[in-house]
Amino acid sequence: MSDPEIPVLSEESVAAAVEAALAAVAAVSDTSSFKAARSAHAGEASPLARLNGQLRSLPNDQKASAGKLVGQARARVNQALAAKEADVVALENAAQLADEALDVTALPVKKRLGARHPLSLLQEKIGDIFVGMGWEIAEGPELENEWFNFDALNFDPDHPARAMQDTFFVDPVSSHLLLRTHTSPVQIRSLLSRELPVYVIAPGRTYRTDELDATHTPVFSQVEGIAVDKGLTMAHLRGTLEFFARKMFGDDAKIRLRPNYFPFTEPSAEMDVWQPNAKGGARWVEWGGCGMVNPNVLLSAGIDPDVHSGFAFGIGIERTLQFRNNLNDMRDMVEGDVRFSQQFGMVV
Amino acid sequence: MRIPLSWLAEYVDLPAGTTIEEVHAALVSVGLEEEGSHQFDINGPVVVGEVLDFTEEPQSNGKTIRWCSVRVAAPGEAAADGGADVRGIVCGAGNFFAGDKVVVTLPGAVLPGDFAIAARKTYGHVSDGMIASTRELGLGEEHDGILRLSSLGLDPAVGTDALELLGLTDAAVEVNVTPDRGYAFSIRGIAREYAHATGATFRDPASVRPAGEPAEGIAVTVSDDAPIRGRVGATVFVTRVVRGVDQTAPTPAWMIARLKLAGIRSISLVVDITNYVMLELGQPLHGYDLDLVRGGIVVRRAAPGETLKTLDGQVRTLDPEDLVIADDTGAIGLAGVMGGFSTEISDATSDVLIEAANFDPVTVARTARRHKLPSEASKRFERGVDPEVAVAAATRAVQLLEELGGARADGTGSGYHAHDQLAPIFLPDRYISGLVGVEYTDDEITSSLIEIGATLEYAHDGLLVSPPSWRPDLTHKSTLAEEVARIVGYSRIPSVIPTAPPGRGLTREQQLRRLAAETLAASGSTEVLAYPFISSVSNRTFGSADDTVAPAMKLANPLDAEAPLLRTTLLPGLIDIARRNLSRGLTDLSVYEIGAVFLPVAGAEYGVVEVPQGASLPAAPVLDDLNASIPPQPWHVGLLVLGNAVEKQPGQPAVPFGVADVLDTVKLLASALDVPVTVRQGSHTALHPGRTAEIVVPVGAGADVVSVGYVGELLPALAAELDLPRVVGVAELDLSALMELAARSVQASPLAGYPAATQDVSLVVAESVAAGDVLDAVVSGAGELLEGIHLVDDYRGSGIDGGSKSLTFALRFRANDRTLTAAEASEARIAGAAEASRRFGATVRE
Repeated sequence: MSDPEIPVLSEESVAAAVEAALAAVAAVSDTSSFKAARSAHAGEASPLARLNGQLRSLPNDQKASAGKLVGQARARVNQALAAKEADVVALENAAQLADEALDVTALPVKKRLGARHPLSLLQEKIGDIFVGMGWEIAEGPELENEWFNFDALNFDPDHPARAMQDTFFVDPVSSHLLLRTHTSPVQIRSLLSRELPVYVIAPGRTYRTDELDATHTPVFSQVEGIAVDKGLTMAHLRGTLEFFARKMFGDDAKIRLRPNYFPFTEPSAEMDVWQPNAKGGARWVEWGGCGMVNPNVLLSAGIDPDVHSGFAFGIGIERTLQFRNNLNDMRDMVEGDVRFSQQFGMVV
Repeated sequence: MRIPLSWLAEYVDLPAGTTIEEVHAALVSVGLEEEGSHQFDINGPVVVGEVLDFTEEPQSNGKTIRWCSVRVAAPGEAAADGGADVRGIVCGAGNFFAGDKVVVTLPGAVLPGDFAIAARKTYGHVSDGMIASTRELGLGEEHDGILRLSSLGLDPAVGTDALELLGLTDAAVEVNVTPDRGYAFSIRGIAREYAHATGATFRDPASVRPAGEPAEGIAVTVSDDAPIRGRVGATVFVTRVVRGVDQTAPTPAWMIARLKLAGIRSISLVVDITNYVMLELGQPLHGYDLDLVRGGIVVRRAAPGETLKTLDGQVRTLDPEDLVIADDTGAIGLAGVMGGFSTEISDATSDVLIEAANFDPVTVARTARRHKLPSEASKRFERGVDPEVAVAAATRAVQLLEELGGARADGTGSGYHAHDQLAPIFLPDRYISGLVGVEYTDDEITSSLIEIGATLEYAHDGLLVSPPSWRPDLTHKSTLAEEVARIVGYSRIPSVIPTAPPGRGLTREQQLRRLAAETLAASGSTEVLAYPFISSVSNRTFGSADDTVAPAMKLANPLDAEAPLLRTTLLPGLIDIARRNLSRGLTDLSVYEIGAVFLPVAGAEYGVVEVPQGASLPAAPVLDDLNASIPPQPWHVGLLVLGNAVEKQPGQPAVPFGVADVLDTVKLLASALDVPVTVRQGSHTALHPGRTAEIVVPVGAGADVVSVGYVGELLPALAAELDLPRVVGVAELDLSALMELAARSVQASPLAGYPAATQDVSLVVAESVAAGDVLDAVVSGAGELLEGIHLVDDYRGSGIDGGSKSLTFALRFRANDRTLTAAEASEARIAGAAEASRRFGATVRE
């Protein structure tokens, strides 16, 4: 095979080849034209390669200078090619990235966060406050024996306080089973099953035969606390409640006690909490009941009231959520409309 | 309890201008919670007028009106509204005469119901005010005609302020009386409490005393042969006879107004007086028409089958526990609950027998409940009435009947008294300070106790405290502590945080339950809390996986008679909630609940025959019985999905929820709890037969598993019946069982640093073989070099025989101690395939 157009090796022919090569490189616009240019001007069949091939046939005294001439020429072309290659890659990368652009404001949503129920979260939050003080969380059955719900708690079978509890009884009534009207049975179970001293809170579901309306629900939840130790006083009760109130409503929260009556405490008190951050201004809000554990309750659990004393308190979770988070209709909490829980997400 | 302030002021100093808020604040501080307040909602000018004359004018509508000339101010003087002394007023009533004194509401007055009075044109005249009826004044229900002041025995001067005259400027506070404080159901009790709160002087209305003991005119026998819980039915029975009651005598306006404010309607003078004295002293009274009482009075238990027609006209069959007042004809009253019809006071009554008795709280409570007859009387007896107030109450009633009803006491009656004094309580020194946490002085303690009416005796190391007769709730030294604490003030109690011993923190179960709840919420599901009441239909459908009906606990008094059972499953609640959300347009749902279910064991008997008394520790076997008397109540977790998991979006078609999503979530939950669950084909009568998975957990070393729940899609027919979309994915797991099975501690192994070898294997098996079972076979055949495996393809069609499928698994092998050769990995793969072949006849597809 012979090439008709092989110029004779000379300064002119080398310069012409270089010029043609540089012009071709300059004209490169993408990977394929780059490859063509490289093959045409730096490949084995390129003019410079062929001129280089003629070196062999030169007389010895010309070889060195001609070799240098061709070598420099090839180096120039290769350098130009290398520079061009980097440009082409950068250009093409940029083009690809441009192609891959997305409207990040319209990407599909595939994962959705669910939500906890705020009543559950609030019970857990309260649990954590007391666990932080060294208390423990006790739980017990929702379907209870009357003894744990009433008799052991100093509710006389004929006392009006018992009738006022609006109890759901299990059929037949003579079985003496009921849905607990408060979580206080857990207090008795705790006193029976634990070594003294006892410091526990009992969160959970409770039941009363109230029709559902904006402020009542037949199924609700409470957190109750009981502490039985030597030397506990109403001052400890107030101290505990004030600590609790501050954790729930901020450092400026405080507690006010008013005399009241509960069968299972004596003395008994109603507690109001000063809610410093209430919507519409700081205010006193009725929060729950409390008092010193009635000696008859201690006796029911086999504890000598002349040796040990205790205090107890209870609050309604629904009511707490209601005034803490400015909810005015209790039905929203119990109907299961997912929009309700989703307002809260994972934190209450 | 509602307390008209004018009445309160009779027995305790109430400075003029004391506001309702101030009275409430004082009463709250001693334990009487604020319930509200009551007023007459009427504003002046409302004055006494005199009808000078009138003309009757028949109207086209058939009515006849009277066009009246009414004097509302002394001649020549301006009326209370600044207008003329004589007015023209149109009146629709016809029950008055010229010369009658009436109540005129002048322009500018506002009557109850925001009824503003103005001069207005009517029936062709300008009526310059209105002549009022008792109902328009808010004083009663009478609306047959206007109020003639003479009917109240009044003849005031024209122009007199009628609001003052009729007691309509008074107001009442309403407080909640706790069930231990029967005495506070009286003006007497509230006045005493107000005195405690403010230090104001208290004047006891019960200090009214008769001139002497009555002559024995009425024979009274208390004969209780069946006391309840050892308590005799009646301990006091005081009677008084008054004769010649003028039945036309009106109840005075001030009494009507006070009764009205207290929430009691005026009926007749005799009844009004018994109610008035009851409110004042807390002693329920009953009046009998003496002429209708036959012979002497016996207080006894009802005879079996005995009947009594009560005041409300109902004939009641009595229970032998009921206590009755009887005469020679039989029962004439249900003690402390309701009087009898046969001796009722009527217009014809002239001689009245007043009864002031003290009945046993338990007897009255049970009778009132048994006959569903709660009354003002039973409410007081149930909570305890002061046994020493009966004489004062009877005396006060007699006085009022003499004063207002023209009657005279004939000096006869009876005075049965058999009540015990309340037991004294020993109050050791320092006890109260030690319980309340306040250093009270001796004087604070003794003066508080004296103030509430107790009498004190000094004893060695303490005080002997005798409670006053109206405080049967004072039974223990702790009750005295409350008295001292509240009289001195709860605000004195300091704040001290007690130091609990170091706690254990959350229990493992509490931690796991929170983890479960948070995992489900983070996976995209929303927590809901359903009521646990379900219908028997729901229980039959969802309560058990097969055709049997799950035993369920039933409520005796459900709110909804259709849903009397306690849930054995969470699914009915989740379905109700799903339906509610759908009805509100929320059509893509993923909800879960963690809650207790009630699972009585078939054939087991729950409950106890007898409940032990409180205030003492039951014997161990009794406690065991109590503990065993309730059914198991494990925690379950339920899930429900419907609609789309992913909504349609640009470049993203909608992805509907299905059983796979629920199963995926269940597996996520199981791995969060670290429970190694296995899925196998399951069946449940409420679920799609081809789309039900049973979740099992291996236990022990062998092939034993325990079932922990189900995942599936509702039967489409059932979904349609429930108005739900065709595809509803559900799951229910026994969370208590899962938490029990959760790994206690993880045995970690060091991570191998040698490279992994990956290979695929395709196995052809019959279509009926579950992929999960084939996977298990490969795992057990491949041995310990197999580090990971997952199913990447399930191919059916060309190249595969009909009835078969090709399952492709991606396998990842690794050794702990060397780089595996391809040959070693292949050998393990072949062993895995061989095991699948042995178990299911799988052939390797090349």
